[in-house]
Amino acid sequence: MPSSVIIDHISKSYGSLLALDDISLSTEKGELFGFIGPDGAGKTTLFRILTTLLIPNKGTASVEGFDTVKDFKQIRKIIGYMPGRFSLYQDLSVEENLRFFASIFKTTVEENYKLIEDIYKQIEPFKDRPAGKLSGGMKQKLALSCALIHKPDVLFLDEPTTGVDAVSRKEFWDMLKKLRAEGITILVSTPYMDEASRCDRVALIQEGKILDIDTPAGIVSAFKEILLAIKSENMYQLLFDAQAFPGTIRAYRSGEFIHLAVEEGDQLLPQLKKHLEDKGHHSLIIKRITPTVEDSFMSLMKGTNNQ
Amino acid sequence: MTNDQHIISVENLVKKFGSFVANDNLTFFVKKGEIFGFLGANGAGKTTAIKILCGLWKPTSGSINVAGFDVYKQTEKIKKNIGYMSQKFSLYDDMTVAENFTFYGGIYGLKTIKIKERMHVLLKKLGLEEYKDRVIGSLPLGWKQKLAFSIATIHEPAIVFLDEPTSGVDPVTRRQFWDMIYEAAHEGTTVFLTTHYMDEAEYCERVSIMVDGHIEALDTPAALKEQFGVGTMEEVFLKIARKEVVIQDNNVTV
Repeated sequence: MPSSVIIDHISKSYGSLLALDDISLSTEKGELFGFIGPDGAGKTTLFRILTTLLIPNKGTASVEGFDTVKDFKQIRKIIGYMPGRFSLYQDLSVEENLRFFASIFKTTVEENYKLIEDIYKQIEPFKDRPAGKLSGGMKQKLALSCALIHKPDVLFLDEPTTGVDAVSRKEFWDMLKKLRAEGITILVSTPYMDEASRCDRVALIQEGKILDIDTPAGIVSAFKEILLAIKSENMYQLLFDAQAFPGTIRAYRSGEFIHLAVEEGDQLLPQLKKHLEDKGHHSLIIKRITPTVEDSFMSLMKGTNNQ
Repeated sequence: MTNDQHIISVENLVKKFGSFVANDNLTFFVKKGEIFGFLGANGAGKTTAIKILCGLWKPTSGSINVAGFDVYKQTEKIKKNIGYMSQKFSLYDDMTVAENFTFYGGIYGLKTIKIKERMHVLLKKLGLEEYKDRVIGSLPLGWKQKLAFSIATIHEPAIVFLDEPTSGVDPVTRRQFWDMIYEAAHEGTTVFLTTHYMDEAEYCERVSIMVDGHIEALDTPAALKEQFGVGTMEEVFLKIARKEVVIQDNNVTV
């Protein structure tokens, strides 16, 4: 597969803050690639460099063969960018925004309508409404339509689902899947770990560093420890008691269970059961589970500076 | 009608903006010391209800009591007895940790000596005493969110409202934040919160799910999962909120 975006030893600082620390990776053409990490990980900085809005302190990057510094004009013609903050003209109507973006890219809404049809027809009944008066979900759909109207080769979506409810998030990812089928390379960032599974490959990113790059299945299969899910009548106390168990590497809440990462050992399960029963826990459930991307992320971030 | 055990009681709450009904006859109670998850899709009417409960907006009709006070007549008393934090607005970035404590303590009318005492206790709990004189803007997001929670409880409120407190926070800090929530609830503070993380819905004692201005479901996570015959709160949420989406899509595509 030929590469679409190549990032080569990129670093970027703001004063004394190192936002990106020697990042290298490449994405393939037609790939749906996710950058998964919390606020402050450097996702937005990286997207701004790739979209030619920021110049890195060190390293180089290219998009579809164009250098992000030298060839910024060419890159701007072939990418679509949806920033994290809603950046359309609030006092222009839905339709005016779309026509505006089409015209600055020297195309027309009609020419590429097919690409946005599925998304745009959902907001079309409100086409005369000022963009500032739309609901969050509708703004998101309009912003995506505007980022797509010139049929870009590469689409950059910076945290499109942050603060969005679980249902709308699911719908948004369904839309991305359709766009991917059109052959558009998509780079998307998100703080929601569960969205990693919707990507072809992901980079887990924390404090300006990449923790791992792989397929979601690959990330999970690299998990080195044994992961257990446990539950009892008293979940509040169970967390403390699980953390105090000698074989525990990490114990934390995860949905209705507590996840417990432990070291390999023959007698570990019976020992854990006895330990928890001795502490007075009833109706214990202890089962071995497959980790999620979030479990992997927590395992990988243990070495970083975290309070 | 009010029950001593009900720190928040909402009966037939209606809020209209012109012809639009944002809250359509909500009735629910929150028990003292409970962790109550107030869930719903974007635009379902959660923020409207929270603003009313915090005494910021007047309801169109209904009988609503918060921390023993009436939302029509005693809004100033409500504000003194609740704490509030959100992801969007929390602390002043260009003031130090100590200045933020002093500022918010002052707003709640605490005496200087009391503010110092509370700041000492709360910073000690967080293990951040040595960062007292650091400017908030220079601290990691996770610390800021934990400090924001502490400062929201500086006046020892009966209820603390948390509006998406963990949005964008890393998974470890998110758990640490929940440790604070559990501890506060353990000490008797009622926690009323919104979140888009469905695993966090499982951590609540009871959750309500709003759809189109009304409460579609309210129970413990375990009971809701049983009721809808699914294994996770995410599936419960998708099942309930899906209805609204279908209706919207019909409106839109017709």
